[in-house]
Amino acid sequence: MGAALLEFDGIRVTRGAFHLSADLAVPTGARVAVIGPSGSGKSTLLSLVGGFLEPDRGRIRVDGQDITALPPGRRPVSMLFQDQNLFPHLTVAQNLGLGLRPDLRLSEPQRARVAQVLAEVGLDGTENRRPANLSGGQQSRVALARVLLRARPVLLLDEPFAALGPALKAEMLALLARIADRTNATVLMVTHDPGDARRLAPQTILVDGGVAHPPVPTDPLLDDPPPGLRAYLG
Amino acid sequence: MAAGVFRLTRAEAGGAVVALALTVLIGGTLAAVAWSAQGLSGLGPWDGRAVWFTLWQAALSATLSAALAVPVARALARRRFPGRAALVTLLGAPFILPVIVAIMGLIAVFGRSGAVNDAARALGLPEVSIYGWQGVILAHVFFNLPLSVRLILHGWQAIPAERFRLAQSLGFSPRDTGRHLERPMLRAVLPGVWLAVFLVCLTSFTVALALGGGPRATTVELAIYQAFRFDFDLGRAASLGLIQIAVCIGAMMLARRIAIPAAFGAGQDTDHRPAAPGGWHRIGDTLVIAAAAGFLIWPMAAVTARGLPRIPALPPEVWEATLRSVVMALISALLALVLSLTLALALARGRMRWVETAGMLPLIASPLVLGTGLFILARPWVGPQALALPVTVAINAVMALPFGLRALIPAARTLHGDYGRLADSLDLRGLARLRRVTLPRLGRPLGFAGGLAAALAMGDLGVITLFASDRPTLPLHLYQLMNSYRMADASACAVLLMAISFGLFWIFDRGGRLA
Repeated sequence: MGAALLEFDGIRVTRGAFHLSADLAVPTGARVAVIGPSGSGKSTLLSLVGGFLEPDRGRIRVDGQDITALPPGRRPVSMLFQDQNLFPHLTVAQNLGLGLRPDLRLSEPQRARVAQVLAEVGLDGTENRRPANLSGGQQSRVALARVLLRARPVLLLDEPFAALGPALKAEMLALLARIADRTNATVLMVTHDPGDARRLAPQTILVDGGVAHPPVPTDPLLDDPPPGLRAYLG
Repeated sequence: MAAGVFRLTRAEAGGAVVALALTVLIGGTLAAVAWSAQGLSGLGPWDGRAVWFTLWQAALSATLSAALAVPVARALARRRFPGRAALVTLLGAPFILPVIVAIMGLIAVFGRSGAVNDAARALGLPEVSIYGWQGVILAHVFFNLPLSVRLILHGWQAIPAERFRLAQSLGFSPRDTGRHLERPMLRAVLPGVWLAVFLVCLTSFTVALALGGGPRATTVELAIYQAFRFDFDLGRAASLGLIQIAVCIGAMMLARRIAIPAAFGAGQDTDHRPAAPGGWHRIGDTLVIAAAAGFLIWPMAAVTARGLPRIPALPPEVWEATLRSVVMALISALLALVLSLTLALALARGRMRWVETAGMLPLIASPLVLGTGLFILARPWVGPQALALPVTVAINAVMALPFGLRALIPAARTLHGDYGRLADSLDLRGLARLRRVTLPRLGRPLGFAGGLAAALAMGDLGVITLFASDRPTLPLHLYQLMNSYRMADASACAVLLMAISFGLFWIFDRGGRLA
């Protein structure tokens, strides 16, 4: 496992009045924010990589390997959604264990590994709790711990921390940055908050007017935004 | 964005296979019926009367049930009293109460030696007979009044509390409230309620078998049975089957225009209630609730009082029939669960509407029509005695499908919407997914659907009457006891059957909640 080059090659998606095209590459190990007005197609871009949406045309490649036809679970990708990142009826340890073996038949070293990542996100001792008995921040930590456990080359974040308060969100972003460093993952993060983009992502993909633009340095883009983005940022 | 997964997934393939099998089974059976019928020329004037009776008894049953349910639902909506919640729960019971048991109860109260006729004799009034069309209607109202009450009560509770508060602040009289709030609700709800009852009564068999018969009280289903069993005139049975299918399809076309509520559903209780006027309204409501509760509870209490003490003395063949029935009900329920879960999981992905249509196919094929068709198809190879039990199990499973789907499809859609992507992204597939996600998340509707299927199969006295007599199920054995006037034993069987049906439902439902 290691850094990966993520390519969108001639991608076109049309769903009714909505359309999106993407022709770009995300460099190996980059951390890229995805910014744009609501409904512009930020989540669509992530769904294409995650395998939840089929492009009408074009290919998606990770390190040169075409993943367009792979089912979501077979892709070299971890994804955190806006919500429902944990199964509420499973314990914390089971939720994590799914990241290693979907049938949960864990070996002893794998169990140890689960306990270890749980300790790394500061939640040791919560193995047998259910998500409902954890705070929102703790639940995010469990989801991040699973990302660490799976260690996939590409990490997709669809605003998973949007519901958290500012302090907690900053904490999660810091933890995320650490985990991305550890797994050396290429990160794509949808966000509404320009502050998040500046903090975590040196580069930004702007999605606007049906086009996902190639990544550009974040700070200059936000300092001098093009008209569509300017209207959105206010 | 919800375009979802784009290959034909395993869930969808499974659903397609089940739907196809169902379509072949039901379509093939109906085709066999149609082919054997060779037109409708074999039908006589008797059969015309059966069609006429089927239609008007269903219409009258539906009208009476819906009309009588309105005051009961209104009283339950606006009054609070101890035992109210229990009564509302009890109103759901007739859905899983074996028909033959209810008939025993009604005979105990309204029969020749029942309390009603005792009272009539004491007062010098003429006796009423429970046999004939009036008995059929009475039994249909007994079954469908409680369900109608629940559906209409749900309509009342669906009126927002704020409306009633507004009505109170404007000083509405009960008449004003009725005009501005309640009547519009009833106009929206009643057609669906009426149609739901009408549809159930159209395929009524057991009630007509036990209480009806003769030229003036024979339904089409019963006529199929008679043609098959007594005349062994398969062609006529098949012609009647065609008519039954036509009637059901006609009713389904009607139903497409009107939203039919789930007949078992809507038991939940909200806290708000409409203004409860005092004075004679209060007395009226009390009487209405007491009468409805009495109508529901009395027959059950009467049959229980008669049968319970007799249970220890039941002969061994009853226990054999009991064991046979329980095993058959469990197999039926399991089969129904597997089929409906497979269909629901495929449907949850939202791309195969025809699968849902296939799941609702049993609604146009009545059990006796299916039974006749399966017999025609299998006749060259197997005898009727060998067919009886497997066909009964299969038909009961198929008949439970629409109910299972109604419970499972919404839950499966929610599951797919909430956790489908997460499960996909973690590569949860096959058995692991079933065990770790699907079964735990769908435990409640699965338990509920399984309970319904088990209870309905346990109490079913339908297609089995076409074939078997040497290896009866418990309901068939009960019917045989009734016919030989061994009423004490029949009552004891009824208590047993009722207890097992409710017990099976309870165990499944409870199991689902604990999962």
